[in-house]
Amino acid sequence: MSPTLNDYLLVSGLLFAIGFAGVLLRRNIIIIFMCLELMLNAANLSLVAFSRFNVGPNGLPNYNGQVFVFFIITVAAAEVAVGLAIIVALYRSRQTTHVEDINSLKF
Amino acid sequence: MFSPLFWFFAALTLAFGIGVVVNRNPVASALCLVISFMGLAALLVGLDAYLLAVLQVLVYAGAVMVLFLFIIMLLDLRAEARRKFNWLGIAGGGLVALGFVGELVFVISHNPAGNQKFPPLQARVEFEGFVHTGPIESADLAPPETTILLPKTSETAKLGAGEKVVEIVPVAGGKIDDVREIGREIFTNYNYPLQIVGVLLLVSTVGVIILSRRELK
Repeated sequence: MSPTLNDYLLVSGLLFAIGFAGVLLRRNIIIIFMCLELMLNAANLSLVAFSRFNVGPNGLPNYNGQVFVFFIITVAAAEVAVGLAIIVALYRSRQTTHVEDINSLKF
Repeated sequence: MFSPLFWFFAALTLAFGIGVVVNRNPVASALCLVISFMGLAALLVGLDAYLLAVLQVLVYAGAVMVLFLFIIMLLDLRAEARRKFNWLGIAGGGLVALGFVGELVFVISHNPAGNQKFPPLQARVEFEGFVHTGPIESADLAPPETTILLPKTSETAKLGAGEKVVEIVPVAGGKIDDVREIGREIFTNYNYPLQIVGVLLLVSTVGVIILSRRELK
């Protein structure tokens, strides 16, 4: 039997949970950033699954979801570039990528 | 998608996703993330989203991960030294993540609409000029792009000028031209967001250059 929509949603949700756990549990800022990417990709997978599930009257998938994923990939690429530049600037001034060492704003 | 392949790539994606979280060495984490993205691209192929699968590999596994590895190399990050565990933080984070998983399983198990299979794809094909409706083997009577998609009776008809035949035919997954469909959407309905994304990329480029100057003023 072929996989159903729920299978894809389960995989997507589990991937999101893994990324979520990584953001909450890890203390290395670069790995937190990677886990953010993982969460974005999990959302992409569920969007594409919904797009494929809703076959329109012309017999093709609903491409609105895929266009949305296209934009998410673009924005994520821009976000990675800016975020890594910020991390490099942070490393220059503090010599650390550990979030517990960066606590100037901590109450 | 053939089910064993789906489960294989799903397991690959999830296992290497866990690898990203549990690895102490940032380089190993980044390489795990590359494999996880590859598995995700395979899942997208299974959903007939070929353009996005290729973009996933090119943009994420290519560009973004090269950037990550480059920064890890630039900062010369080693495996994280073991620190005092913040048990409260770990328990809290794990609890929230597990709560999310529980909620996910609850929602999905109460979603009978999602238990249906993915509907088959069809294509709307317009023919002009010669229409050959025979089997594919006798394709020499008409241009090849009009012969493939109409496997009915074996006869050739000449259509008049301006006359069209429109057929809804089932189409195999690999024959979907999703590049054209997504391109049409992007340049018609989503043209304005596309321009905004272009500006966003420009702004992020300028921002990165300013952020990585030697002295931040």
